[in-house]
Amino acid sequence: MTRTAPTEAPKTTPAPPFDPIAAAIADVEGLAGVDPIPAPFAEAFGAPEERAKPRDLVIICYSGDLEKTWAALILATTAAASGVTTRIFLTFWGLQTFVKDERRITGQNWMQRMLSFMQRPGISHRKLSKMNFLGMGPWMMGTLARRYHVASPKELLDMALVLGVELMPCQMTMDMFGLTRDDMIDGLGEPVGAATVVELLANGAAPLFI
Amino acid sequence: MTLLDIATTVDARGLSCPMPIVRTALAVKSLQPGALIEVLATDPGSQRDFVAWCRSTGHVLVGQTADGPVYRFLIRRK
Repeated sequence: MTRTAPTEAPKTTPAPPFDPIAAAIADVEGLAGVDPIPAPFAEAFGAPEERAKPRDLVIICYSGDLEKTWAALILATTAAASGVTTRIFLTFWGLQTFVKDERRITGQNWMQRMLSFMQRPGISHRKLSKMNFLGMGPWMMGTLARRYHVASPKELLDMALVLGVELMPCQMTMDMFGLTRDDMIDGLGEPVGAATVVELLANGAAPLFI
Repeated sequence: MTLLDIATTVDARGLSCPMPIVRTALAVKSLQPGALIEVLATDPGSQRDFVAWCRSTGHVLVGQTADGPVYRFLIRRK
């Protein structure tokens, strides 16, 4: 940041009113060449150059419930925004969430089609695990979320893709539900299996099973 | 010339967790290292969240004030 020095009669200019933020910045800038973080801040904020890279995060998105999908996406977007490499493995009912919203019936045979009929796929058609009451519960949750400016799962999913969260669909679940790549939303990665997830976890990624 | 050369302001007033952090993270990406970003938020949880977020990303939280219900954060991009 550049700041031009006053060239003439600096003492005649009235002193600006005291601003604690400005004072804090002046402290930081005054010490820039000596210590990037002044002592009072060092304990509170840590020294970035000494910190190890944060662990990767793997969220195993297993549930298709509205509230659990919501929690998984809130954590995923926050982790990605915090510089943590974040991946979501989409499996079982969690995979149904990432089918395009406009797909009503999916699958190749009658059982797969029946399953998609009973539990409509798509992120905008999730049901609550409790108090669903034929859609009354999710409708109230959505209304409250809008009233309190809480981002919807759909908005969080869009944000997760912008932030670079990697979505890994489970190949086995895609086969079992008869889902094709064309059924799924844009932005998904290549389908993978459990071994890919196990390798990430074995290498130290923090796991969340939601 | 102002004392604070704020490169950009994120207005996250009214937004709930995690959007103030997410919006700030997106805005920070477009800034030069060392640039200042100002964040306005009304989510009380953001007071602790921005401290934690700066700690995990390495950006420097140079100041934090509360003006009534509005919290103002000044962050320097690492």
